[in-house]
Amino acid sequence: MPLALALTVRIGLWLLLAPLLPGVINKVKAVVAGRRGPPLLQLYYDLARLWRKEVVWSTAASPGHVVAPAAAWVALVVAAALLPLGSAGAPLAFRGDALLFVYLLGLARFCTGLAALDTGSAFEGMGAAREVSYAVLSEATVITALLALSAQSGSVSLAGMFGQTAGAGTLLLAAGLFVVLLAENSRVPFDDPNTHLELTMIHEAMVLDHSGPPLAVILHGAALKLLVFAVVLVEAVLPLGRLSPLAAAGALAGSITLVAVGTGLVESLMARLAFRRVPLSLVTAFLFCLFALIVAWRGDA
Amino acid sequence: MTDWMNLLIGFAMGLNLLALASSRLPSIIRTAAVQGIVIGILPLLIEPELRALLLLVAIATVVIKGFVIPALLFRALRAANIDREVQPLLGFTISLLLGAGASIGAVVLGRLLPMRPEDAEVLLVPGALATVVCGFLLLIGRAKAITQVCGYLMLENGIYLFGLLLLGSVPLLVEAGILLDVTVAIFVIGVVMDHIQREFDSLDTRKLTVLRE
Repeated sequence: MPLALALTVRIGLWLLLAPLLPGVINKVKAVVAGRRGPPLLQLYYDLARLWRKEVVWSTAASPGHVVAPAAAWVALVVAAALLPLGSAGAPLAFRGDALLFVYLLGLARFCTGLAALDTGSAFEGMGAAREVSYAVLSEATVITALLALSAQSGSVSLAGMFGQTAGAGTLLLAAGLFVVLLAENSRVPFDDPNTHLELTMIHEAMVLDHSGPPLAVILHGAALKLLVFAVVLVEAVLPLGRLSPLAAAGALAGSITLVAVGTGLVESLMARLAFRRVPLSLVTAFLFCLFALIVAWRGDA
Repeated sequence: MTDWMNLLIGFAMGLNLLALASSRLPSIIRTAAVQGIVIGILPLLIEPELRALLLLVAIATVVIKGFVIPALLFRALRAANIDREVQPLLGFTISLLLGAGASIGAVVLGRLLPMRPEDAEVLLVPGALATVVCGFLLLIGRAKAITQVCGYLMLENGIYLFGLLLLGSVPLLVEAGILLDVTVAIFVIGVVMDHIQREFDSLDTRKLTVLRE
């Protein structure tokens, strides 16, 4: 298959399937609470509805208010295109693309924070400050997890790191990456996505003043980021590279659904952590990945 | 066998960090209890044949460290009516990072020390050093007397791990000595904590630093 076609199909798959994950999480939360909950395709309907609305601007905002969410979305799409999917590998792979992956995620967060500060409102600035202060610890964790995978597999490219046989530190890595998934995607116990109190918001506060298509782009980007982290978690743990293509695709889909169900269960069964206790849990996730790195490193020597 | 021992010792080292990060006193007591049980069954994995004395000491260690001493500490906890360490002298995050650094340093140090080949691949020496340092961090970094007692218990667990190196040549001397040591110490500390609680109506050891009529 020529590269352009493969890339288009790959990216189309990511864009189309990303909004399913928040739907699964909300359905699980509703079932645990004894309700029927919103339909699984709710985010698709929301995105279609938002696309038809007009943009309402803050008087203090510059054009960066609309450009920044688009830039963040493009960064997330490129980061998703870099990831290998099961045994299909990655269409664009080169040495050191793991570093580009981390920086693209950082760029997406930077653009979202910039758009938040651009509105000139206090709530957005507060949300942006909280988000980036958690990002210090969660990005360190992601980098350590990628280092552990690189030490385990001996490769500096994402396509070589994932899909390897499970090492001794796999359980530690899985625990650390799951906590990072919850932190980066603003899930309980780090942030409650259903809160309506602005002073308690972190990620939702950053998007308070967006409306219409930019908000749709931000919501889709958030769903894409959740899918990216779920794929990273599943591929770091399961040795998908050794299965046949169909079995690998099935295992990938099943495990991602399992991660979404797990996230929904954690959201339903746990309370949100007080702000002063969040650095401790992020440091714990960092130490999980650090010990996975040391196990991978020491296991070689 | 080495893999199972490394798994158990690795689990004990993880429990160290769990106790350092925890602010709730019941969970710190339970962590020290589980750690005592885990290292109590280690001699059964080291020795290839099962002697009666070995089994007796292992069962005594598990019962005393895992059930009797935690029961005494829970009774003291109920009498003192507290369940949380509110303001430690050394913060939770910093003590967790120091404990993790000590665990990593212990593993590095364990590879530099000259040991017999069969001891070098087991995590006994690194686990012992890490547990001693983490127990010590708990002992000096916290203000509540019960946490300090749990730190002391973890310290003794670390020394016990070190003593397991001598299991082949001087069987169970160190283990039995530590068991006696811990039992007597806990009884004495229990009496002392009762007196502190009656006098100051609190187990915060910072109140002991003030001379008062």
